[in-house]
Amino acid sequence: MIRLSRVTKRFGRQTVLDGLDLEIPEAQITVILGQSGSGKSVILKHIIGLMTPDSGEIFVDGTDITRLNDRELNEVRKQFGMLFQDAALFDSMTVGENVAFPLVEHTRLPKKEIRRIVEEKLKQVGLEGVTRKMPSELSGGMRKRAGLARAIALDPKIILFDEPITGLDPIMSDAIDALIVDTQRDTRATCVVITHNITSTFKIAHNIAMLYEGKIIEFGNPDRIRNSGHPFVKRFIRQEAPGKCPN
Amino acid sequence: MVKFLEYAGRPFVGILEEFGRVMLLFLSATAWAFRRPFRFRVVFKQMETVGVNSLTVVLITAVSSGMVLALQSYYGFRMFRGESLVGATVALSLTREIGPVFTALMVTGRAGSAMAAEIGTMRVKEQIDALYAMSVNPVQFLVMPRVLAGILMLPLLTVVADFVGIAGGYFVGVELLNINSGIFMARIYEMVAMEDIFNGLIKSACFGLILSVVSCYKGFYTTGGAEGVGRAATQAVVISTVSIFISDFFLTAVMF
Ligand SMILES: Nc1ncnc2c1ncn2[C@@H]1O[C@H](COP(=O)(O)OP(=O)(O)OP(=O)(O)O)[C@@H](O)[C@H]1O
Ligand SMILES: [Mg+2]
Repeated sequence: MIRLSRVTKRFGRQTVLDGLDLEIPEAQITVILGQSGSGKSVILKHIIGLMTPDSGEIFVDGTDITRLNDRELNEVRKQFGMLFQDAALFDSMTVGENVAFPLVEHTRLPKKEIRRIVEEKLKQVGLEGVTRKMPSELSGGMRKRAGLARAIALDPKIILFDEPITGLDPIMSDAIDALIVDTQRDTRATCVVITHNITSTFKIAHNIAMLYEGKIIEFGNPDRIRNSGHPFVKRFIRQEAPGKCPN
Repeated sequence: MVKFLEYAGRPFVGILEEFGRVMLLFLSATAWAFRRPFRFRVVFKQMETVGVNSLTVVLITAVSSGMVLALQSYYGFRMFRGESLVGATVALSLTREIGPVFTALMVTGRAGSAMAAEIGTMRVKEQIDALYAMSVNPVQFLVMPRVLAGILMLPLLTVVADFVGIAGGYFVGVELLNINSGIFMARIYEMVAMEDIFNGLIKSACFGLILSVVSCYKGFYTTGGAEGVGRAATQAVVISTVSIFISDFFLTAVMF
């Protein structure tokens, strides 16, 4: 289980997270919704220890990761897989080497087995025949999927997806949604997904957290969010611009 | 008065602070060098990159400086019929000074700027975060191999530069200016001690350390997108170059 408790994060004068509380249930898919620039990526980076809060605690399986040293944090991170918003593939490696990277670093599998897993994962994300290509030769959507393959290569216990389907066509988006659902069901992983897509959210989410002005203003299963009385939540899921009259 | 001192001292405090952080990165890279896993292939890859990147420019500058040294010293020595000393002069200047320094400057321009740009790009494109996220320490994975490659490859390139430079001097002295080949070489053997070459190589290893640590540091702490990467690469070259000259003075003072 992951729990953020009273987490505050400021960048200069801008308060991005403002005493945020969030409990992410184990072995479920939790979707975080929020406006662009509201701090969704910042939340993910706190969960995996890439950013430290100015105040507050972040518990992963009961340990407060804000108090760990580098080495302990490294151990905790081995349970994680993360898809970055811009995929963050290594430019100097081929796509195949990128996906193989966590396997090479953290397992003692023979080369052949690694190659098999890489092929398998790339196939799952709908990428075939690109193992030898460099990331710069791929389209944005292809890079994202390669990043996804890398994130799930080790079958991690916790997977963080930063906008997995942004920039993909509807058919591919659907396939990736299905992949997330299937992967979660098969591995019982705890998944945290950031997305802007309401349809996709209701398709994959067990829980939805709504981020607004540095706090989680609503949390619950899809039905609860659908029937939320909070004006911002209502507007968001109806996809209306602020200021538009809700009737 | 205090205000003035504060104002005037600020740049120095800044430099000291930055120097401290470069040292910290160096210490951290050293510590990581002795921790598992040992990625020998990554180190070899960096050595190859440094070597391949810089070899051509190092060769060209070495030959030219050897030839120029021969020419210049020839005109000087001819005034008192000391032409036979041209070879030794060329060899001594090359092994002690020109070889290590010019090689380091060339490597800074080629490999150093590339290190800063590459690591800087990884920083701004969140690839360094991705390394952390995958439990791979970026200092161990990115910085340490480059620093090691710098320390190991600089002496190697310098040996090549010394040799090629002396060959260039030989060509000018013996072939063009008709100095007796036997005397040219004999004077070199007579005057250049093993120690000269050896000290030159120690120097070059130090330069390799400096330029790779500085370049990695600049890359590692890049901010501000593509523009920041450009700035990091430029600053890496400038700071490395200045540091090489300053440290050259002290190393020379200690050694010779
Ligand atoms: N490293 C940083 N330094 C300074 N400010 C930052 C940093 N990272 C994020 N911010 C700021 O924090 C705010 C939230 O950023 P974040 O990337 O989390 O947004 P987001 O919710 O993921 O938006 P999007 O949906 O567009 O990806 C932004 O205003 C951004 O400017
Ligand atoms: Mg984001």
